[in-house]
Amino acid sequence: MARIEPAETLFLAPLSRPAPGSAGRTGTWRVVKPVVDLDKCTGCMLCWLYCPENTILKTGEGKVRIDYEYCKGCGVCANVCPFHAIEMVVEG
Amino acid sequence: MPVMGLTGNYAVAHAVRLSRVEVVSAYPITPQTTIVEKLSEMIEKGELNARIIRVESEHSALAAVYGAASAGSRAFTATSSHGLLYMHEVVWWAAGSRVPLVMAVVTRAIGPPWNIHVDHQDIMDQRDTGWIISMAQENQEVLDLTIQAFRISEDPRVYLPMIVGLDGFILSHTRAPVDVPEQELVDEFLPPRRQPYVISPETNLVMGNIAPDDVHFLMRYSMAEAMEAAKRVIEEVDREWGKLTGRSYGGLVECYRCEDADYLAVITGSWSGDAKVAVDKLREEGIRYGVLRLRFIRPWPAEKIAVHAEGKKGVLVFDRAISMGGYGPLFSDVSATLYGSRISLEGVIAGLTGVDVKPRDFAEAMRRFASEVDEKGFVYKPREWLLPRKYRENPEKIREVARIWS
Amino acid sequence: MVVNIRKLPDKPYIMPGNAACPGCPETMGLRYVKMALGDNVVLVIPAGCSSVIQGIAPRSGINFPILNIVFAAAASAASGMKAAFEQQGKDVHVVVWAGDGGTGDIGFQALSGAAERDEDIIYICVDNEAYMNTGIQRSSLTPYGAWTTTTWTGKKEHKKNVPAILISHGVKYVATASVGYPADFIEKLQRASKIRGFRYIHLLAPCPIGWRFDPGLTAKVAQLAVQTGLFPLYEYINGVFRLSPIARRYKDPKKRVPVTEYLKLQGRYKHLLNKPEEIRKIEEYIENTWRLIEALEKTFTEEGGRGEQVFRAL
Repeated sequence: MARIEPAETLFLAPLSRPAPGSAGRTGTWRVVKPVVDLDKCTGCMLCWLYCPENTILKTGEGKVRIDYEYCKGCGVCANVCPFHAIEMVVEG
Repeated sequence: MPVMGLTGNYAVAHAVRLSRVEVVSAYPITPQTTIVEKLSEMIEKGELNARIIRVESEHSALAAVYGAASAGSRAFTATSSHGLLYMHEVVWWAAGSRVPLVMAVVTRAIGPPWNIHVDHQDIMDQRDTGWIISMAQENQEVLDLTIQAFRISEDPRVYLPMIVGLDGFILSHTRAPVDVPEQELVDEFLPPRRQPYVISPETNLVMGNIAPDDVHFLMRYSMAEAMEAAKRVIEEVDREWGKLTGRSYGGLVECYRCEDADYLAVITGSWSGDAKVAVDKLREEGIRYGVLRLRFIRPWPAEKIAVHAEGKKGVLVFDRAISMGGYGPLFSDVSATLYGSRISLEGVIAGLTGVDVKPRDFAEAMRRFASEVDEKGFVYKPREWLLPRKYRENPEKIREVARIWS
Repeated sequence: MVVNIRKLPDKPYIMPGNAACPGCPETMGLRYVKMALGDNVVLVIPAGCSSVIQGIAPRSGINFPILNIVFAAAASAASGMKAAFEQQGKDVHVVVWAGDGGTGDIGFQALSGAAERDEDIIYICVDNEAYMNTGIQRSSLTPYGAWTTTTWTGKKEHKKNVPAILISHGVKYVATASVGYPADFIEKLQRASKIRGFRYIHLLAPCPIGWRFDPGLTAKVAQLAVQTGLFPLYEYINGVFRLSPIARRYKDPKKRVPVTEYLKLQGRYKHLLNKPEEIRKIEEYIENTWRLIEALEKTFTEEGGRGEQVFRAL
């Protein structure tokens, strides 16, 4: 196993660490936004499972909420919801 | 320390064993093949505790050892000629990622036509990549350089991969006495592997996604700086190896009879030995040449060349490769190094495609250059051809051959 | 083994704010990879959409350790990483995540080599059926008739069947999966993770941009590919073949959704929707695909139900 040491000379390597926002605040890309009707939501978590962005978050009450800072508004969640609890609403 | 009769390729294999390499991968290509054959044997016999990956191409060979090195293991590959060209993309990728790695390049001409014999076209093609590039003159130096390569590449001031160049057949397949050091000595010289980062679940690091262009620029700058730092490291390592083994080569360059010379011949690789024989011969005629043998092509030993060239009447550069439409690659860099010095310069293209260059051929070129400088005072000839002797002696023969081969 | 959605780990395996297009199937798939395999994973990613999805350094939008590597070298770089981890005594899942071009075209030689050497890695081909990252150019995995920016009147050749080629390599594990059926994909990854040797999973990943459909329909299109019989889901483990439970009903042509239902959602097929002879060619492709499936089933089903035992044991 290698020992990792800082270099004495100027050293830069093409390295990254996982972190949110590597393409900025992608919520600004959105033209339509998902709105969850919590009365219809049964907490089945299919939207959470299918969301490509990890922007559907589980709430303490066993339901979901949207991370609008990063949600790109693709609409996958609305389409997979068996209870039509997510509506895509035009931004603005 | 046992002295063994080893080919250059076996000297590489023993050096790899002594350097405790953990992962080896290579693809067969003449004249490299006996390196990976020997390493396979060592690994299967348990003399070297390493994994060997018998890949389906050179592109994969370098990618495999690069992957291993990125994951934190000391790794090694070897290739030649078309194999080196085929892996060229990965050569760049490995250097840019700053992961220490060592590769032996057994130099060989590039086709067409198919040709397995020596020239330096393949290794010279790697000059811009960010690999440290060394060239050995003899089998002992092959072994010593290979062990040193791990130390240099893994030095935190450097963190660049390194090529050990050895000439096809002349070294690779020719047996010579080689002092093979004891494992304890190599362990003392070569510390456990160091590297700037490791890609693993523990580090959760990502190598190589898109970076801002200005930061990418700084990465290139930092590589160039590391090459400069490598010059010091190479000298240090050479001195330290000298203390341990009694073998010190002079670091970036080796100078043979330079001090009292009027002219310098700049050269690299195994044929330097023939150039030295020519120099001895010319001394008897009263023509005083020295040989400046470049042990490293990258980093370019500019300062050393400038110091050794100072006060000389002329510098004659022998290239075993050519940049088509340009000059010999060594000549271009020597010319840039000596710009403004008013030292006479000539670049000679010779020994391409395996054509043998004998001491008398070297002597002929050296004699001609010296007399021309003496006659004219200043000469600048960037590209002179030292054709195979039979065509020099009988130029009509060239037309004759061209008629057949057209 | 049944995947319980509520019990899957809830960690940001894809970092929000990454550079993927809306509705991207690759980020969907990457989440499932880590849900299934956990944190002891290193990804090797050749050139492709997933190299860009990571976003701009020093951040990365994919929450894995990643070695990005040149296009043709993913399987070989992964082989080397695995060898290094083994030498260091570490048990790490080295996973290649490569597109269809990086798998079936430029990376095919390295893939074939690693498969033949039975390298202990998991190779996932995330198949969006064209070079999407460079702007929708055809690959050998683009299906017949599909428009791309290098096949303006539709591709004239059928899709290369890479998983069948991998079965022919004699590797330990081959499976097909679809981002439309995450539980099935996760189950397959978990089974694959318990096997040593070369494992190949071919993941269908419908691309809204390249296939020209509404980005909200990624999952739906991925399901339809299975329901029309175009993309059968199956597993092959060490000489035993079986259709995946969700795909079994589509063995019966009468139970399949008409292929036009799938085609009409996608702009890339717009030019052939009213050409029955073209649609017939796609239907023939489905029939041939199932002929091969039946042959594989017949060839690799062992007597005495040992096949089922093999699967249940994992």
